[in-house]
Amino acid sequence: MKDIFLSLYRYRGFIAGSVLRDFQTRYKTSMLGALWLVIQPLAMILVYTLVFSQVMRARLPGGGGVYDYSIYLCIGIITWGLFAEIVGRGQNVFIESAALIKKLSFPRICLPVIVMLTASLNFLIIFSIFLVFLIINGSFHFLSVINIIPLLIIQVLFAIGLGISLGVINVFFRDIGQFVGILLQFWFWFTPIVYVMSTLPEWAQEILKYNPMATLVDNYQRIIIHQEGINWPEMMPVVIVTICLCLLGIYLFKRHAADMVDEL
Amino acid sequence: MGNITVKEVGKAYKNYPTRFGRLIEWISPVKTIRHHKTWVLDGISFSVKPGEALGIIGINGAGKSTLLKIITGTVRPTQGTVSLEGRVAALLELGMGFHPDFTGRQNAFMSGQLLGLTTNDIERLMPEIEAFAEIGDYIDRPVRVYSSGMQMRLAFSVATAVRPDILIVDEALSVGDSYFQHKSFDRIKKFRSEGTTLLLVSHDKAAIQTICDRAILLNAGKIHMEGAPDVIMDSYNALLAEKSGEITLKQEATDEGKVKTTSGNGAAIIKDISLIKRNGEKIEVVNIGDAVTLKVNVNIVKDIDELVLGYVIKDRLGLAVYGTNTHHLGKKLTSLKAGDRVIFCLDFNMNIGEGHYSISVALHDRDTHVNNNYEWRDLALMFNVLSGGKPISVGTSWLPTEVEINHER
Repeated sequence: MKDIFLSLYRYRGFIAGSVLRDFQTRYKTSMLGALWLVIQPLAMILVYTLVFSQVMRARLPGGGGVYDYSIYLCIGIITWGLFAEIVGRGQNVFIESAALIKKLSFPRICLPVIVMLTASLNFLIIFSIFLVFLIINGSFHFLSVINIIPLLIIQVLFAIGLGISLGVINVFFRDIGQFVGILLQFWFWFTPIVYVMSTLPEWAQEILKYNPMATLVDNYQRIIIHQEGINWPEMMPVVIVTICLCLLGIYLFKRHAADMVDEL
Repeated sequence: MGNITVKEVGKAYKNYPTRFGRLIEWISPVKTIRHHKTWVLDGISFSVKPGEALGIIGINGAGKSTLLKIITGTVRPTQGTVSLEGRVAALLELGMGFHPDFTGRQNAFMSGQLLGLTTNDIERLMPEIEAFAEIGDYIDRPVRVYSSGMQMRLAFSVATAVRPDILIVDEALSVGDSYFQHKSFDRIKKFRSEGTTLLLVSHDKAAIQTICDRAILLNAGKIHMEGAPDVIMDSYNALLAEKSGEITLKQEATDEGKVKTTSGNGAAIIKDISLIKRNGEKIEVVNIGDAVTLKVNVNIVKDIDELVLGYVIKDRLGLAVYGTNTHHLGKKLTSLKAGDRVIFCLDFNMNIGEGHYSISVALHDRDTHVNNNYEWRDLALMFNVLSGGKPISVGTSWLPTEVEINHER
């Protein structure tokens, strides 16, 4: 455990450089450059707002403002996006970097950490635009933003724990890569992002309680829209699952990292 | 600092006969083994003292690259241990991790970081890296516009920016023009004189003999021999000759099994081909200028009017060094009947330079093999020419030279 953090510290330059480079590659050869990082999430928020609030006139059950549904949708989609990016790239990170792993000697744990940091930084850009949107339509509450920070940290750890575990297994059983794509699609629709939890029948709500992402997203939505606090009793199982996944990830990594080179 | 100790190192790759073998191994509560191991390295032990230079040679597939990867820590050995003291730099995959869209400078930082240098270190070393690479303004242009030689230069400059305690060099170094090759070899030699331990893998006889104190010959995953570089080089050549002998044997076996891997209409076939010394001994290694006989046994399968044997000696690159045939040599052979046997003995002196050569032979009528080609066999025989005490020379020709110098004052 300690040696993992030590090697991450020694290779901090490489990690920071790689994260930076990941962003640079995205706009390096385009004319608008870094502006694209902003335009994409902006377009997403605009589309959802226009389509759902203006065209379809969708409202949350139990009333609420004109923009409530598009806020509901956006907070769900951008936090889900963070989760899906970490899991999706994490499960593939060792295979993707096969050339590097096979030919150079460096701590391999850097790779999933780079994925985690890149996704988090990407999320922060999108999230700040979302905050600007909240300020503009008057739904911004400082306390809400503070409240979701611990939840985001739990979510990132949950995602990276799952990502590393799947990533290590994927090297040995390539079926995982195919499976994760399908899993994430199903998982998305088993999470109340597009629909509202309370509109589901009792039994369905009961099942969704076992989905950590449903609990997380539900909390984000209630914090941002209704300015509620974190429901810690509800969150406890999620925290436990997160710790278990992180330990599983580290266990699998430590046990199989050295054999990975032979399989890539 | 600078010690390398390799103890009883072995590497085996796991082979699973079925796809589910590994899954069963992973999830089964009791320990089951569903794989068999393929050993690519076995019982490798050696040590290199600080400041010493060790060369590793071996034919392709002998396990050199795997051994280097184990020493650098990329691959974990299945058994045994490797211990290194001090900072290690490995010139194995120069330019690994270069990203085409970034400038040379940015990439230099990245690969420096990958080597474990801090940003401050690299900033401090940058002027020197730029100066050594000699790529001028290209340093601030994207790497995708670089030539492969320029990439090599930059990568080498970054990798050797700091003098390591242990330097591991693979054949990668032979890229680049001869100017830069010299320059990089000079830097390696300078490191050596300053106390860097060197591990060098190369097929280049000169490189091994001029730089290394000692050499190891790897064969089929084991240490075949360890000793002085020139002795090792000789046994390496002997090993090569052995290997090419095997190839001819295999080809003969396929012929007898009636699988024709050679071209030709089969009216006459080559039963045996060998290079022999005057005393009748079959050889694969020849000294420059030795008198040899190329002996070819031919069986006639169908009645043919005329039979000509042609041969050509080719160098390592497949370029013809010398070739002729019995038509041009004025030995015509006509009216042959099925069942006849012909033995050709071509005597000549091996007046060609040091190196690895092959002989291709052909049976046909009249002056070239385009007319009625009976059998054509490429790479029918391989052999090595050694200097055998003759003065050092380069090239594929042997022109014995008398020197007369008039020195007037």
